[in-house]
Amino acid sequence: MSHELPFIAAINEAIMLEMERDETVLYFGQNMATTENEPYVDAFGRDRVRVTPISETAEIGMGIGAALAGFRPVVELYMAEFMLVAMDQVVNEGNRFRAMTGGQVKVPLVLKAGYGFTAGWAGQHTGTINALFMGVPGLKVVVPSTAADAKGLMATAIRDDNPVVYLHNYLLTLEHGEVPDGEYLVPFGEAAIRRDGGDVTIVGTGWTVDGALGAAELLAAEGIEAEVIDPRTLNPLDMPTILESVAKTGRLVLVDQATRHASAATVIAGEVAEHGFSSLRAPIVQVTALDATVPYSQPLEAWVMPSDEKVAAAVRQVVGTAAATA
Amino acid sequence: MAAPVGKELDRDRLVWMYHQMLRIREFEERVKRTFVEHPGVMRGHTHLADGAEASIVGSMATLGPDDQFFATYRCHGYPIARGTDVNAMMAEIYGRKDGLCKGIGGSMHLTDVSNGFLGTSGIVAAGIPHAAGAAWAAQIRKKGQVVLCFFGDGASKQGVFAETLNIASLWKLPIVFVMENNGYNVHTRTDQEDANRANGEDLSVKARAYSMPGVTIDGRDPVEVYETVGAAVARARAGDGPTLVESQMYRLSAHGNIIAPPGVPLHFPEHEAVEKFGNPEEYEAALKGDPVPAFRGRLVADGTLTAEEADALIAAVRDEMQAAVTFGLESPFPEVESALAYTYA
Repeated sequence: MSHELPFIAAINEAIMLEMERDETVLYFGQNMATTENEPYVDAFGRDRVRVTPISETAEIGMGIGAALAGFRPVVELYMAEFMLVAMDQVVNEGNRFRAMTGGQVKVPLVLKAGYGFTAGWAGQHTGTINALFMGVPGLKVVVPSTAADAKGLMATAIRDDNPVVYLHNYLLTLEHGEVPDGEYLVPFGEAAIRRDGGDVTIVGTGWTVDGALGAAELLAAEGIEAEVIDPRTLNPLDMPTILESVAKTGRLVLVDQATRHASAATVIAGEVAEHGFSSLRAPIVQVTALDATVPYSQPLEAWVMPSDEKVAAAVRQVVGTAAATA
Repeated sequence: MAAPVGKELDRDRLVWMYHQMLRIREFEERVKRTFVEHPGVMRGHTHLADGAEASIVGSMATLGPDDQFFATYRCHGYPIARGTDVNAMMAEIYGRKDGLCKGIGGSMHLTDVSNGFLGTSGIVAAGIPHAAGAAWAAQIRKKGQVVLCFFGDGASKQGVFAETLNIASLWKLPIVFVMENNGYNVHTRTDQEDANRANGEDLSVKARAYSMPGVTIDGRDPVEVYETVGAAVARARAGDGPTLVESQMYRLSAHGNIIAPPGVPLHFPEHEAVEKFGNPEEYEAALKGDPVPAFRGRLVADGTLTAEEADALIAAVRDEMQAAVTFGLESPFPEVESALAYTYA
């Protein structure tokens, strides 16, 4: 059984269910839980649900400490950029403790942050900094693209014994989708094939999965069948599914909301070039954001971002056809 | 080896304190000598706490068996006072298989969860919020646990010091912040980087900004440390919130061994007062205040210990730490594949 929910409500449903299931799950952050009638406060009380000052380094650091001491904190960070003021805690503290202690401790921590808010939020609140985290030993990185995955990946993140950076795309916040009822877990490291096709493989993450699917519809009208893959987690990264698809299609287009050299796409391209080279019948093409600080003005913002049409054009390039309506 | 039961400062506790101070000093002397006696065994950066023994032992003596603590990269002393196996500690510092952290952490990252030592960060001030997070966990559990958070004077210039003390006071967390002020941040003198110090104030005045008690003590006197930190621990345990204790001392070794590329023998240089500031008088004066012989003198003078008993303790500690060195040197290196074993839980 399932029910329809907006993406953001699906995340909340997972946190609620996990907090009901496990009293060691904590949820805290800025500008939440400020009144007694908020649902989390009402359900779980002030010990486990707290508002913090604007102190990201302390918030994340305290999450690490509470995790070391046996709890499962979820830190509400709102925007991925807010982690930048606390980057030592994100990439050089909690993720290192298990190794540095020779396996004595575990750090079950979820850092929940929105990203990619390219809807007029201008230079400092629109970033797609996902790839900053994906190669960091000890961290896991989750990038849901559907409401169902938003729920299932959050539940898995909370139960995971490692620090997890949970990145939800702000452009998807109100996208509705069918969400399974009750306990629902989506495993890490298992890509979803969002659309089957034999002519080209398109890989997108988060919001760009929608772009890939939109492009696939444009291309289908031209007789090109694209396979669309959503890795769902960047670390662990399901390379076998991507390589298997490329082995079938011989062509790969990667879509990423980040700028090119800071994108997950570039990492995937490198893996395919190394491990799938013999399958490729055309060069890999990456459709990423242009190397610019995201502009405020709408036409400029749209121009630097990937789009359905840019993805479709890249696919036409790798399959060697001209646009049908050029 | 465990601290005597009870909290009164009776003979057992005073002798235990002196014994732990000796053990810390001798352990670190052996670490320091390893650079010379066994070149190549020590790698990277190592930081000694000589001069801080009284503060470490006086603080650790206040903890109950279920209490927890966090420290910095200058972390050898606390677990010794807590009863951690010194053989495993030395093996860790030598990067060996039988190391406390299986040779992956090294000197800067000693951790002993089984004894309540939950972690160390090598990044200045980064461990302060970790300790506060554990204190939040203790507050939720309601079993009366307290967390000690050790850091240096330099850490109080990091933003997360301010962030964490604010939250700890706001939430009345069961934590005591023990700032060990050894006068130097690497080779920057405290008065060169701290506005309070530069204006003639103690660093404990910082506590006023967070509406918590702040107190400055002579960290070379283990009894004063024990009484002050003990009162702060009792306050935290009672649910009345945190305290900032500035424990003043003098670091008797340089900040750390020299930072040198492979091929250059590592060693400890002269203390910064001598090496950088051309002020050997300051360093000589500090040596005269060395807390370890000072505490011996006091215990012998007031009849708590005889000189013979004190000498016997020293001899026993030398044997113990020689055994730790031997154990460390004889322990094999870990299998290389173990480098990947603990990346993820």
